Amino acid sequence: MWHQMAFWLCAAGAVGTGIAVFRVDSMARATFALLASFIFAAGTILLLRLTYLGVLVVLMMIMEMVIMAVFMIMYMMNPAGLMPMSMVHNKIGSVVIAAGTFALLTAVILLVPWPSRNGEPPPDPTRALGEALMGSKMLVMMVLGLVLFATMVASVVLATHRGRYDRYGDRLDAKRPNDPVRGGLRR
Amino acid sequence: MTLQMFLIFAAALFSIGLYGALSQQSIVMIMMGLELMVNAIIVAAAAFWYFVAPATADGQVLVLVAVTAMAVEMAMGFAVTTAIFRKRDVDMTDMAADLKG
Amino acid sequence: MVEAGPWWSGVLLPLILVAFALAAAMMDSSLAARDAGGRAGWWEPLRSVGGLLVQQRRRTLAADVLLWRGGIWALLAGGVLASLVTPFGRWSVADLSIGVVWFNAAEVVAWAAVWLVGWGANSAYGLVGGFRFVAQGLAYELPHMFALITAALGAESLRVSDIVAAQESLWFVVWMPAAFAVYLISILSMAFWGPFDQPAGRDITGGVLAELSGVDRLLFSAGRWILLVSGAAFAVPLFLGGGAGPVLPEWLWSVLKTAAVLAFLVWVRRRLPTVRLERYEEIAWMVLIPVMLVQALMVAVVLLVR
Repeated sequence: MWHQMAFWLCAAGAVGTGIAVFRVDSMARATFALLASFIFAAGTILLLRLTYLGVLVVLMMIMEMVIMAVFMIMYMMNPAGLMPMSMVHNKIGSVVIAAGTFALLTAVILLVPWPSRNGEPPPDPTRALGEALMGSKMLVMMVLGLVLFATMVASVVLATHRGRYDRYGDRLDAKRPNDPVRGGLRR
Repeated sequence: MTLQMFLIFAAALFSIGLYGALSQQSIVMIMMGLELMVNAIIVAAAAFWYFVAPATADGQVLVLVAVTAMAVEMAMGFAVTTAIFRKRDVDMTDMAADLKG
Repeated sequence: MVEAGPWWSGVLLPLILVAFALAAAMMDSSLAARDAGGRAGWWEPLRSVGGLLVQQRRRTLAADVLLWRGGIWALLAGGVLASLVTPFGRWSVADLSIGVVWFNAAEVVAWAAVWLVGWGANSAYGLVGGFRFVAQGLAYELPHMFALITAALGAESLRVSDIVAAQESLWFVVWMPAAFAVYLISILSMAFWGPFDQPAGRDITGGVLAELSGVDRLLFSAGRWILLVSGAAFAVPLFLGGGAGPVLPEWLWSVLKTAAVLAFLVWVRRRLPTVRLERYEEIAWMVLIPVMLVQALMVAVVLLVR
């Protein structure tokens, strides 16, 4: 019974804060409304006894949203929402498409005869996940690692405006990189 | 709790995210919409794992893939925003429509 | 060994944390009084608690009060929730199967909390402090995670009671000294304490604390102290064998070890100068992370050949 109540509470909270993301003026509030939505959604995952994944989502999303807040405030013209302004295009069309998608998905969800449950959850789902990732699903893990590595390289290349010639001179012969801020290793 | 409840919840999150991704002008706000949509995938994958196939870990692996996709999407999104902002002082999609056919 | 306590242990936990935090604050203020050449100043925290309780709240123009207060409460909640899985002798409030991840997730709340407090006041100094804490987070969080993972790897489990049980013959601090050192460094940075207090630095008139007064300041400082206490307390089951020890009962050993770690963290603040953020950043990424990778590899190899 309390499972049911907790689910509806989390679901309503996640949907409500999700809508708030696009309704509030302040970018900081939008970011943290999104974080609240993620945490409520993670609550429903915890109800499915996926403790590891639920807590992992919370952990990752807090860090991600704080970083996101930094970028939000960097790039938005009106980060604190003190002067409300509209930053949307094609609002009615978007609402219609979103509502239509929801109606379509709900119809499909209710009409499809979903298969019945096959087997029981393992006593420790975390162990099952680890064994799958290091066993039969090893390829997934390897691809994820490669994708993350490629992302790191690509995002640094895109975001930085200084290359090695800026740092070490045209002949790359400077002993010490010419950086605007020097780190702690006295290089 | 039933599978249908979880899936309808996921569909609601997905639709909200879709609305945001379609209607917002700022690149950063569009990314928030995308994140909501991926979050719906996470909920749906977890629900499918629990209610349909709990014996294998496939659903859990899918959740992990979705979480990684979120991180990658955000990192690349901000890198592109930074690059385009640095080059042209642009932070809205409507101002970066050079490739529009 | 370690088992989940009764329901009222959850009520008891905040009280224990506050007691530890108060003791640590008293030690800090008496050290400060000694350095200043004055008389013993151990009652100073009590006096400032009383003062802050009656002080009026400061209001700033166009403050985002919801996020501001939310950040203050989030810091407090994160510090208390982190200790949910810390065993106190034989009992912990909840012995979760993923205890280490839980601890990590609860203390990462500090990222959001400190930034929100800096942002909410609508003050330039506060915001600079908040951004400094995010930068500090980028420096300390990865080495910290590796330190936690190394201890979990040594016990081959994420459950805290398994980690304590794995140290019956040999404490982890003996064969994972680098992980222990990095853990202590990251605890100091997490509570922006000691050499890593730039987010609340004097050069920006207190940073995130700049606009806090009255009850707000009291709660935020309490949250900061409790975060420090939670970190020190979790070092005991991770690296110092939990409640293991001769003669004395297990809960007393837990208290003594926690007090020792906490006293060290408080004492070290007066012995080390503040590290500038850009320096800490490079040291963390170029030194601490590689060191932790080597440490984790060493632990893994030892486990395989054992």
